[in-house]
Amino acid sequence: MRKFQLSDKGFDVLNTIFVTIIVLLIVYPLIFVLSASISSPSAVNTGKMWLWPVDISFSGFKTVFQNDAIWSGYRNTIIYTVVGTILHLVILLPCAYALSRKEIAGKQFIMWFFLFTMLFNGGLIPTYLVIQSLGMIDTIWAIVVPNVVGAWSILVARAFFQQSIPDQLVEASKIDGATDFHIFFKIVLPLSLPIIAVMALFHAVGLWNQYFNALIYLSDETKYPLQLILREILILNEGMTGGAGSEGGSVNSFAEQIETASLIKYAVIIVSSLPLLIVYPFVQRFFVKGVLIGSVKE
Amino acid sequence: MAKNPARAISMNSRLDRFKKNVLLNWRLYVFLLPAILYFTIFHYIPMYGVQIAFKDFYATEGITGSPWVGFDHFSRFFDSYYFWRLIKNTIILSLYQLILFPLPIIFALMLNELKNGPFKKWSQTLTYAPHFMSVVVIVGMLVAFLDPITGIINHVITSLGGSSISFLTSPEWFRHIFVWSGQWQTLGWGTIIYLAALSGVNPELHEAAKIDGASRIQRILHINIPAILPTIVVLFILNIGSFMAIGFEKVLLMQNNLNAETSDIIQTFVYQTGLLEGQYSFAAAIGLFDSVINLTLLVIVNQIARKTSENSLW
Repeated sequence: MRKFQLSDKGFDVLNTIFVTIIVLLIVYPLIFVLSASISSPSAVNTGKMWLWPVDISFSGFKTVFQNDAIWSGYRNTIIYTVVGTILHLVILLPCAYALSRKEIAGKQFIMWFFLFTMLFNGGLIPTYLVIQSLGMIDTIWAIVVPNVVGAWSILVARAFFQQSIPDQLVEASKIDGATDFHIFFKIVLPLSLPIIAVMALFHAVGLWNQYFNALIYLSDETKYPLQLILREILILNEGMTGGAGSEGGSVNSFAEQIETASLIKYAVIIVSSLPLLIVYPFVQRFFVKGVLIGSVKE
Repeated sequence: MAKNPARAISMNSRLDRFKKNVLLNWRLYVFLLPAILYFTIFHYIPMYGVQIAFKDFYATEGITGSPWVGFDHFSRFFDSYYFWRLIKNTIILSLYQLILFPLPIIFALMLNELKNGPFKKWSQTLTYAPHFMSVVVIVGMLVAFLDPITGIINHVITSLGGSSISFLTSPEWFRHIFVWSGQWQTLGWGTIIYLAALSGVNPELHEAAKIDGASRIQRILHINIPAILPTIVVLFILNIGSFMAIGFEKVLLMQNNLNAETSDIIQTFVYQTGLLEGQYSFAAAIGLFDSVINLTLLVIVNQIARKTSENSLW
C-alpha cells in the first residue's frame, strides 16, 4: 500500500498539470474564435491560423456592422431582454416577498401550486395553442411572457427575503403605520439589491441567449432577435442573403462567398457575445451567489 | 345541512378568519396576484389543454368542442415504425449524458486541492465562461470547427495523414459531438455547488486525518466525498428528473436529414409533427407521453433515494 502512495508534492504537481490541461481545452476554442475573427479568412480556412491571428484584418467586423439584419437583431434582443427582465422582476419580487411573510394564509398550498409546474407541464403544443389563442404570435409578448418567472426563482427569492429581512423591522414599520406597499418599496427593496441583481442577471442572460421561442412564435423577420439571425448565418449558412452580399455589386465567385461567410462567422460570434464577455468578469460573483442561494434550501 | 354542528362552526370561523386575514393583508395578496395569474394562464391552462391528446383537435371547434378519440394517437405513435428509433435515440443520448455526471464532481475535487489561490481563481473564471454562450453560438462554433473542408479539426486530421470526416452529417458522430460539446460548456459551471459544499468541510477533520497518516487521495475519498454526498444525491435526482429532457433546443440546431438516424429524439419529433406539420393532437399525445415518463422517473428515483439515504427532494 505504502509503495503506491503519492507524496503530497507529487499529488500537487500532477493535480496542477491536469487542471491546466482541462482549462486549456476549455479556453482554446474561445481563443481560436477570437483570433479567427481578426485573421484573414484564407489563413483560417486553410488551417494556417491555429492560435494567434494571422494576416490581421478587421474586414469581418466591418461586414458584420454593415449587415442590417444583425443591427435589427441586436436592437430587438436588447428590447426583449430589457422588457423581459423588468417584467420578470415585477412579477417575481412582490410574489416572493409576500410568500416570505407569515401573515399570508395557505402559503404551503400556493408554493405547491408553483412548484408542481416543475414536475409536470402541458408540453410544447398546448402551450403554443394558449399563446396563439391570446393573439401573442408575432409580438414581443410571445418572447417575454412565456417563462417570465419560474417556481425555482420564487423559491430562491423567498429564501433570501426570509433570511435577510428581519421580522422586527416589518413589525416596527407596521406599528408606525406603514402599509405593506410602503414597507415593500421603501424598506424591503433597498435592502434586497443583491437578490435583485442576481435574479435580473440570470433572467437577462437567458433572454439574450434564447432562440427557440422566437423560432416558433415569430415569423416577421424584422422582429427576429439576434440569436435567430445568428442561426441563419452560422448554422443555415444564409448569411449572404442580407445586405453584405450585394454590396460588391459584381457576382461573387463561390469560393469568395465561402470566404466571406467564414469571415463574418467568427466576427459575428464575438459581436453577439460581446456584452456578456464584457460584463461577465464583473458580475461573476453575483452569478455564483445566485447558484449558491438556490442550493441552500433543497 | 350540517351533520356535525361543531365542525360547521369551526369551518365558518376558519372562513371568517381567512376573510379577516385577507381584509387586513389585502396588499400582500395583491402581490401574489400577477404570479398566480401567470402560472394559471401559461402553465395550468396548457395542462388543461393537454386533453387534446385524447381528441381530434380542430382549431374551429376549440379544445372543448373537438371530438374525443381516446388513446388513438397514442396507439398510432406506439405502432409507428419510428417509435423505437425515437425511444432508442432519446434513451441513449440521456444515458450518455448521465454517465458523465461525475465529471464536474471530479473537477471540483481537483480545483479544491489547488493551493495557489490566483491559479484556482483563474481556472474557475475561465472554465465558467462557456456557460454564458448561447446554444446557437455553440452549434455555430461546432459547424465552423468541424467543417469537412475549412474546419480546424479536419485540418489536423488530414495533416496527420487521415481523411477528412463530415462530422455533423454522420449519424455515428452526432451523440459524441452533442454530449462532449455540452461538457465543454458546463463542466466549469457545474463545479460551483460542489465547491461550495467542499468549502464547508471542517479543516480539523483533515488535520486529524493527516496526523493519522492519511494521504491526500485517502483524505479526498474519506472526507471530501462523504461531505458532498448529500449534494451529489440531490443533483443526481434532479438530473434523472430531467432525464429525457435533453437539451432539445441544441439537438434541434444540430439536426439535419443526414444525421436524423441518431439525432431524432422525442422532443424534436414533437416539434416537427406538431408545429411544422400541424398535427396538434398527435404531437400533444407524444409530448404527454414524454412528460409522464419524466415524472415517473423522478418519483421513482426520489423514492429510492429516500429509502437508501437521508437525501431526497421531498
